[in-house]
Amino acid sequence: MDWQAIWLSVRLAAATTAILLVVGLPIAYWLAFSPRRWKFLVEAVVSLPLVLPPTVLGLYVLLAMGPRSPLGALYARLTGGMLPFSFQGLLVASVLYSLPFTVQPVTAAFGAVDRRLVEASWCLGVSRAATFRRVIVPLALPGIATGAILSFAHTLGEFGVVLMVGGNIAGVTRTVSISIYDQVQALNYASAWVTSLFLLGVSFVVLALTYALQRRIWTVWPAN
Amino acid sequence: MAGELICHCRKRMSSGFEIDARLRIALDDAPVTVLFGPSGSGKTTLLRFLAGLDRAAAGEIRFREQLWFDAGRGVNWPPQQRRAGYLFQEYALFPHLTVEENVEFAATREVAQKLLDDFGLRPMAQSKPRAISGGQQQRVALARALAAQPALLLLDEPLSALDAGTRTRMSYELRRLLLASGVPSIVVTHDRREAIALGDWMAVMVEGAIRQIGPVREVFRRPADLQVAESVGVENLLPAEVLSREHGLATLQVGGARIQCVDSGEAGPVFACIRAEEVAVTRDAAQVSSARNRMEGSVRAVILEGALARVELDCGVPLVAVITAQSAADLDLREGERVAAVIKATSVHLVTHPLLQ
Repeated sequence: MDWQAIWLSVRLAAATTAILLVVGLPIAYWLAFSPRRWKFLVEAVVSLPLVLPPTVLGLYVLLAMGPRSPLGALYARLTGGMLPFSFQGLLVASVLYSLPFTVQPVTAAFGAVDRRLVEASWCLGVSRAATFRRVIVPLALPGIATGAILSFAHTLGEFGVVLMVGGNIAGVTRTVSISIYDQVQALNYASAWVTSLFLLGVSFVVLALTYALQRRIWTVWPAN
Repeated sequence: MAGELICHCRKRMSSGFEIDARLRIALDDAPVTVLFGPSGSGKTTLLRFLAGLDRAAAGEIRFREQLWFDAGRGVNWPPQQRRAGYLFQEYALFPHLTVEENVEFAATREVAQKLLDDFGLRPMAQSKPRAISGGQQQRVALARALAAQPALLLLDEPLSALDAGTRTRMSYELRRLLLASGVPSIVVTHDRREAIALGDWMAVMVEGAIRQIGPVREVFRRPADLQVAESVGVENLLPAEVLSREHGLATLQVGGARIQCVDSGEAGPVFACIRAEEVAVTRDAAQVSSARNRMEGSVRAVILEGALARVELDCGVPLVAVITAQSAADLDLREGERVAAVIKATSVHLVTHPLLQ
């Protein structure tokens, strides 16, 4: 088994999930509570990675990060490095690619929080930010956990975007799915089989965990 | 400190319903003001305007020296700044927090602990809201609101989530707690008994507008117009005509009878408002002195309602009397029998006929 690739994938998935929680929660809050009529457009943009071929997404990300693009140039000036074919570049692509997997369940969970609880908190003089932290997030915790787990699992298994943006550099951008592809190409079926089984196991456990959370097999906060 | 709540809010809802409510409350004369009206009259919407949870399209809200809302000048204080405690119909306690954590949510520990003791919530301080009864939840919600030291309390149908049996008792309990808190309160209700038990002042809302405001008993006794009379539940609203006015008394033609009432300036076609409990029923019509108002008629139905009996009469116009079940039994009323209804002149209140308004 390619432990180096597995470790890289786990690092990538963990970092992606952490960033998505920071970026995705405010987006989900806005989608759940904003009265704006055009928010369906933002919903559509956030959900694009669900239907777009990873190659298409990968191509755009690659173009956007390239040294000739303003973004790539800025990054080069700030860090001296380049985003394409680097771990950081892969991270940016993964965040975009898994965005709907965080935003959708969290938006649904925020939307399910009784509006009156939020208003009750406001009327008690508690600010919107503190209400978000003390009322909305605790009550939406199962949805937030679901979003985090799905994003982690989705990043762990991504292939197309990684190949487009990161290429195949051992220890830098060669994730577990690419490693499996390499092994098959090299007719190294036994190794590919073991790594695949590992991914299958992880994916199953993660999904089982997600659905158990949704069915509230465990209560997130202790009952009386 | 002298202070007033002045509110004039207008908004047309997407449903087409239009709210246009003017309200002026002298906060020190009226510790508890009841906002009374049938469902769908806009009471909750007005309460949400006051709390800052919804925004009126036009108008202004002033609370003491503070300008909370002025559509013209673009002033709209958020709920946090208004400090108007809001009690939701189902109390909206935070389900993930204990009773103690709920009360402490926006308060110092000291204030919250005192309220837990004062409200008798100590024994259930560590319980979650869904583990306690409706009446207890109501007290937690009130304690939580008071703990934040509000300038004004807004209560939306605070008793509607309780079962009928405990409601009356809880309404007196609630009034006691509201008075003890010293915070001026506005309570929304559509229940007459709650209004009487809770309020000092009462504002009647009909079709999005405040039609009358005054001391509770005064509003019940002297509704300003026919719709207010209907909504506060005056049982007898009889079309009548003022025949003459002299010596402070007006003489009315009601159905086939002539009755007298206190002259309040009305003339021509009017409606006579008579509360059912102000109508006495007697079997022996001749015994009643001629000076008193008497309407003869026949018994249409006698309906027992606990200790009271509702007697429906046909006196040319339908007339309802509420007497004690004991007197109904003593009179041994039967359907179709001839009886007389006796009404004091001071119990008849006239409102202008809507066609003349």
